[in-house]
Amino acid sequence: MSRPRPEPVQVVKQRRDAALAALVASVPYIQFLNISFDRRGDELTGQMSFDQKLIGNPFLPALHGGATAAFLEMTAMMALNWMHVWPKIEAGELDPADMTAGRLPRQPKTIDFTVDYLRSGLPRDAYARATVARSGRRFASVRVEAWQDHKTRPFAQAVGHFLMPQGEDKRDAKQD
Amino acid sequence: MGDKTQLARQFIEVIPHAQELGLVLQSIGNGMAEISMPYDVKLIGDPDTGVIHGGAVSALMDTCCGAAVMCHPDAPGGTATIDLRIEYMRAATPGQTILTKATCHHISRNVAFVRAVAMDDDRDRPVATATAAFSVEAKF
Repeated sequence: MSRPRPEPVQVVKQRRDAALAALVASVPYIQFLNISFDRRGDELTGQMSFDQKLIGNPFLPALHGGATAAFLEMTAMMALNWMHVWPKIEAGELDPADMTAGRLPRQPKTIDFTVDYLRSGLPRDAYARATVARSGRRFASVRVEAWQDHKTRPFAQAVGHFLMPQGEDKRDAKQD
Repeated sequence: MGDKTQLARQFIEVIPHAQELGLVLQSIGNGMAEISMPYDVKLIGDPDTGVIHGGAVSALMDTCCGAAVMCHPDAPGGTATIDLRIEYMRAATPGQTILTKATCHHISRNVAFVRAVAMDDDRDRPVATATAAFSVEAKF
């Protein structure tokens, strides 16, 4: 038995990075918050790079709770979207060039989002990773955690429920 | 109490992130606050529809809830968010200002409890609601 030769590494990386870059570039609010995403295989880590405009309490100083909430929500939504987009990019159903041109799959919508503020956000970069706990045909539940200096000492965590885009893809409808 | 409202107003108006979002304090006092956020393309979350990102609504809600705590007659000083839960009922209509009203309905020695609602021009159909708990600090 012979299997097809694996694709060259540059081809694989270019495809995945182009798709991710297209998703990130399409959302103005991601740029507003100075958020970028680091990809390792299919795992994403969000980074909110510090800027004075993210401050909520200038006397401490501390990050704005709203900026922290938005960062967590953005990371959760991107992780969920990425999980759905990934197999389509790999199967060739979605072309990163089309995505770059603005033809993007519809995003999940937030139903609710609960943020647990564990400690005050320091005036420096923050990182976040999300876990999709459940992803069904209609609903998804996502956990997300953000940290700064120490991964084991998160400064905020959150859980959110999302409504998946409906009637987009027949294959999706049969997955659940 | 007038002093407290004045202090809270001054505090809200110097928050860098609130300025960046373009938040406008409409009214404040007696444990209640109203803050509006004009529509801005830089806050868009869905490029297809031009709808504002939920995160921007969260930031607006958080600021408004904090303002309601700070202007409560029993609040000694500053505050920080302990927990914030937002429910998104519908997408805000693109182009319209979002107005949030928050009420600090109970305050104890350590904790303040707040409820808030966000609306666009259609005041009868809220865009989102929030429930939050804030810490009660002695100082700003």
